[in-house]
Amino acid sequence: MEGPMHSTTPVIDPGLTFASVTDKISSIVLKRKTSLAWFFGFAVSFALFQLMLLAITNLLFVGIGLWGVNVPVAWGVDILNFVWWIGIGHAGTLISAILLLLRQRWRTSINRFAEAMTLFAVAQAGMYPIFHLGRPWLMYWLFPYPNTMGIWPQFRSPLMWDVFAVSTYATVSAMFWFVGLIPDFATLRDRARSKPFQMLYGLLAMGWRGSARHWHRYEMAYLLLAGLATPLVLSVHTIVSFDFAVGIIPGWHATIFPPYFVAGAIYAGFAMVLLLTIPLRKFYGLEGFITMRHMHNMAKVMLATGLIVGYGYIMEAFFGWYSGNRFERFMIWNRMHGPYSLYYWALILCNIVAPQFLWSKKLRSNLLVLWIIAFIVSIGMWLERFVIVVTSLHRDYLPSSWGMYQPTVWDWSMFIGTIGFFFTLLFLFIRFLPMISIFEMRTILPSAEVEE
Amino acid sequence: MANDDRENPTHGRRDEPEQPSSLSGPIASHAIHPHRRHVPPLYGVIAEFEGPNELIHAARKTYEAGYRRINGYSPYPIEELSEAIGFTHTSLPLIVFIGGVLGGLAGFFMQYYMEVIDYPLNVGGKPYNSWPAFIPITFECTVLAAAFSAVLGMLILNRLPQPYHPVFNTPNFALATRDRFFLAVEANDPKFDHDKVVDLLKSLNAMEVSDVEV
Repeated sequence: MEGPMHSTTPVIDPGLTFASVTDKISSIVLKRKTSLAWFFGFAVSFALFQLMLLAITNLLFVGIGLWGVNVPVAWGVDILNFVWWIGIGHAGTLISAILLLLRQRWRTSINRFAEAMTLFAVAQAGMYPIFHLGRPWLMYWLFPYPNTMGIWPQFRSPLMWDVFAVSTYATVSAMFWFVGLIPDFATLRDRARSKPFQMLYGLLAMGWRGSARHWHRYEMAYLLLAGLATPLVLSVHTIVSFDFAVGIIPGWHATIFPPYFVAGAIYAGFAMVLLLTIPLRKFYGLEGFITMRHMHNMAKVMLATGLIVGYGYIMEAFFGWYSGNRFERFMIWNRMHGPYSLYYWALILCNIVAPQFLWSKKLRSNLLVLWIIAFIVSIGMWLERFVIVVTSLHRDYLPSSWGMYQPTVWDWSMFIGTIGFFFTLLFLFIRFLPMISIFEMRTILPSAEVEE
Repeated sequence: MANDDRENPTHGRRDEPEQPSSLSGPIASHAIHPHRRHVPPLYGVIAEFEGPNELIHAARKTYEAGYRRINGYSPYPIEELSEAIGFTHTSLPLIVFIGGVLGGLAGFFMQYYMEVIDYPLNVGGKPYNSWPAFIPITFECTVLAAAFSAVLGMLILNRLPQPYHPVFNTPNFALATRDRFFLAVEANDPKFDHDKVVDLLKSLNAMEVSDVEV
């Protein structure tokens, strides 16, 4: 049993057919009675979402002073939450685009869900930099539009690159997701019993009829989108890391930042996919689609990216020491022994120590252990960004400008509120859209094999 | 039941079919075209199949029999099927390439115009045309334009959105998005001859063969 995992564990339950795959996934949306647990989860998320609206209203009313940010720590948890959320989003694109190009068939069971997660996480991420502007109602100044002031944005700044990167990423992710949904909308249109849903899914399906000519162009478009999304996702987190690395703050100005940020993003993203799919597959009885093979693969990706991130931490410390620069050396010393050292050591524990348990196949097979590790990693990645943002800013070159940073209750309200908004969208998604790509599941069934 | 369904649509034009069949053949087909407009229009003959292998086999045979305006319908993409109906080329990659190149050029020269021509500003002593700093946005614009070209190009080439299509009149066509496979021979095929097409499709292991009106 402990032999070659790949040959013995199938990607999906071998007994599935075109009809059973279609009916099982579409019935979650169309026939299954909405469970009390769904209502409960949605109600809790929706209540937290109201907290976000309250936090934003208060922020607009009172001003940015409501948050803990101040000189010298002007980028507090708001910017770190932006990086955290967008990092979570990256796993979705990785699963849907990069694994498609690498012909990893197991991606099919989880790509739709992961793409939805991407989209909802990017929506949360996008809010932070806007509300952090101080005067968010002038956010359109970030875009190059002809204006009566006769000025243009300053394109040598990574913050402008970020505007383009994140808005492109959100747009392309949304298109990729929607294109993937078109054939499934057609399936739902043909299965729906009530007129309003037939109309709704019919409109969204745009008249999709499964024509071979359409499929041919569709597959080409999907492949090209995957090819475009792959460098895009790498560029987005690279540019996010440039927000830091182009600055001359000790601890930010490092060439390792882009790869280490991208690895961290994938790490956090896979942790979030595991965190969400483990309860979901259990609750909706999707073990035949999302099998242990998926869990093992995701755990392995998490372990591998976790090791890259660990290498990044070691290199940061090494650069600090080897640079011979007193400010860089102080920065690393301050991380380990300064006022925020607790965060640093907690981060090492969460991000480097915790995933080491994943080496063991036995622990990887225990879903509770896997879920707990994914949870710890999610916290660890939040702490990582806290350490990067706060410890570097609070002790820069001049001791006279040193200070401390404490997030306020409104920072936390905004953060918890965005988690609520994220889950609100996720609950609506699993109720109204097929959370597993039905047509792609059909392609990996044994009956889809064409004999020559 | 299958054959009964097929008879019904043909009833309306019982007197007409002699005309196309008598004129059938590659040369005469041009001549029948104007007359066709007066006939209660037939979209084509559509056969239903149980699985992908039957459909691909039937599509190959129909193509070999000389029919060109044929199309397969399946619940998921089948590479062999588009090959079997002779549809292997799409200009989508070219459209996406052109879109990407134009997007990239537009992205770069937008920045060049703003930072060099219209509003030159000295930032940290960098040259006005600090092109390496313009690359990230150039790249993002390339990807954005190429992605829009891919999605819109695919939809436009596929003539979507298209809420109505005659093929939806096929019996059981709702199963084309579940587990059924269909092959259509369209009436505007130069070689189209109703009875011959029906016989051909019936000989190819079809579960059901139906006439479908426009």
